[in-house]
Amino acid sequence: MKFVVAVKQVPDTAEVRIDPERGTLIRDGVPSIMNPFDTYALEEAMKWRDELGGAVTVITMGPPQAESVLREAISMGADDAILISDRAFAGADTWATSHTLAAAVNELGDVDAVFFGKQAIDGDTAQTGPSVAASLDWPQITFVGKVRELSSKFITAERYVETGTQVVQAELPVVLTILKDANVPRVPSLRGKMKSRKAQIPVWGLSDLGLTGDETGLNGSPTKVVVTATPDPRTGGQIHQGSAEELASKLADLLLEEGGTS
Amino acid sequence: MSGFLEIKDSCTGCGICVKTCPVQALSINEMKRAVVSDDCTLCSICIDSCPFESLAIHHLFGGNKEELAKYSGILVLCEMRNGLPDRSTYELLGEARKLSAGEKEVSVLVITDDPHDAPEKLIHAGADKVIKAVHESFEQFSTEPWNSILTHVIRVGKPEIVLAAATTTGRDVMPRVSKSLDTGLTADCTELRIDSESGMLMQTRPAFGGNIMATIVCDRTRPQMSTVRPGVMKPMEPDTSRTGEVVDLEVTAEMVKNRSKVLEFIPTAGDEVDITEAEIVISGGRGMKNPENFALLHDLAHLLGGTVGASRAAVDNGWIEYPRQVGQTGKTVQPKTYLAVGISGAVQHRVGMQSSDVIYAVNKDMDANIFQFCTEGFVGDLFEIVPALVKEIQKRRG
Repeated sequence: MKFVVAVKQVPDTAEVRIDPERGTLIRDGVPSIMNPFDTYALEEAMKWRDELGGAVTVITMGPPQAESVLREAISMGADDAILISDRAFAGADTWATSHTLAAAVNELGDVDAVFFGKQAIDGDTAQTGPSVAASLDWPQITFVGKVRELSSKFITAERYVETGTQVVQAELPVVLTILKDANVPRVPSLRGKMKSRKAQIPVWGLSDLGLTGDETGLNGSPTKVVVTATPDPRTGGQIHQGSAEELASKLADLLLEEGGTS
Repeated sequence: MSGFLEIKDSCTGCGICVKTCPVQALSINEMKRAVVSDDCTLCSICIDSCPFESLAIHHLFGGNKEELAKYSGILVLCEMRNGLPDRSTYELLGEARKLSAGEKEVSVLVITDDPHDAPEKLIHAGADKVIKAVHESFEQFSTEPWNSILTHVIRVGKPEIVLAAATTTGRDVMPRVSKSLDTGLTADCTELRIDSESGMLMQTRPAFGGNIMATIVCDRTRPQMSTVRPGVMKPMEPDTSRTGEVVDLEVTAEMVKNRSKVLEFIPTAGDEVDITEAEIVISGGRGMKNPENFALLHDLAHLLGGTVGASRAAVDNGWIEYPRQVGQTGKTVQPKTYLAVGISGAVQHRVGMQSSDVIYAVNKDMDANIFQFCTEGFVGDLFEIVPALVKEIQKRRG
């Protein structure tokens, strides 16, 4: 089986601090990490590769330094990786990103499934996976909490929705977006780390993918950001101290007044 | 979406393509050549029918003003749950009415196996027109038929704005539609308005886990599409005097074509509450110390008609199940009241609950982060305060 995992390098929000006075984001010195949701996508692909045989190729679109998340993926057990990087890809929205990633999947050829994390923690759109499926004209299963069965022809997966679980069967090739519920990602092995250090990671640019600058990056993006602002910071309210009974009484006042009517 | 259908010189005027066009946009002129009218929706069905490969679709970004002006009105995708429109649909209709300012037509598309009285309800809630696509296979949401129908309705109706809820349904199908139509989509919007000068839809959404609000436009293509976060927009009071048009969409074989199928639907057990829907969320964190102590919070939630949430620390320790996790790698909640018990308030937790109307916190550590942004904080031992609180509420209620 030939599996592709699309990952994204994101700023580690655990390291992000909020300037308490201005309420702005302090991003200086914030390290970049693999999007946490993508680790579940990677694990799911590797789990089925281990079961069925084949290879897992990890791809990312980003600046040259995004290569580090690809090496991390190899240290965790991915077979190989490709960095999709070109100045012409910069400033892409989800349309242009998915257009470019789909071109890379086509270039790889004979792919059975593309795995995405549920969403990236910086953009939080959850749009790239389904858009790639549309570009490739493949079926998709999003919000996958469990893959029940995977064969060379079909996949059966549990899709976690608001009111319950849909058990969905789809034809391959397929695009999946994976939830945290699906698995527990493995940690990098010593062998994996050795392999990742030595791995050759090809870089694919605009011409490698047969694309033009009109359909990628900022030029190829139908949406654009016009304003960014920080939301009104919540400032700490009143802090109460006292005996447990006093505090409980005050809290009961608030809770019963705020609509705790039942 | 904009673009044009090219008819190349190799056209022989055989007329095969004319029969394939679902909107009768193709005809053969006196020069024995195919010609296309403005009715063409760029659906591309005709392309493969031509034996001489004389037809091609060209998509254009940067559609000119004239092209963009062909689009008008607002289309809302209705989401059905247990045979009824979901609350999120009413919120979208309320928002659509606001955006329409009495000028734009508001249509709603219902895809279902059985509409019951949904069309009437949707008209009372603000729709001018209800488009029904009814088929026995539409009991459960499935990507491909929903995508086919939605793209068809957009191509024919040319709405300038399309809204769907940012639910597992909207976030599954809308990106697919946006790619199929070559137009933009903005995810999980919390604020929409029409710019008075340009007439463009200004779509505001939280990014970076809610730390930044970004306003996004789709200026070169139509429609402008958004998924909208449930629980934010206000539905209008149902107005039973409102009237509207109900249209039956002919469901074609093409529209029910599907390479996936829902084998089974397992509803969430009745006693489980979706924490994103609750008006009161009481969450426990590392300070809860063990799974048994969560019973304290369940008791309190039961008294208040709320539900129990948790921080990642509590979930990772196996004290409570993951569907209750609030925060960056869990769920985002925005209840009327959020009570954080034994939660320090790290940014990953904060981004999942900071939009709550009021936040109360109980923590024994005076320096805990949570006290920096809660509405009211209570410093003390949760194992004393929570039982005392339960007792107090019971006493007041008699």
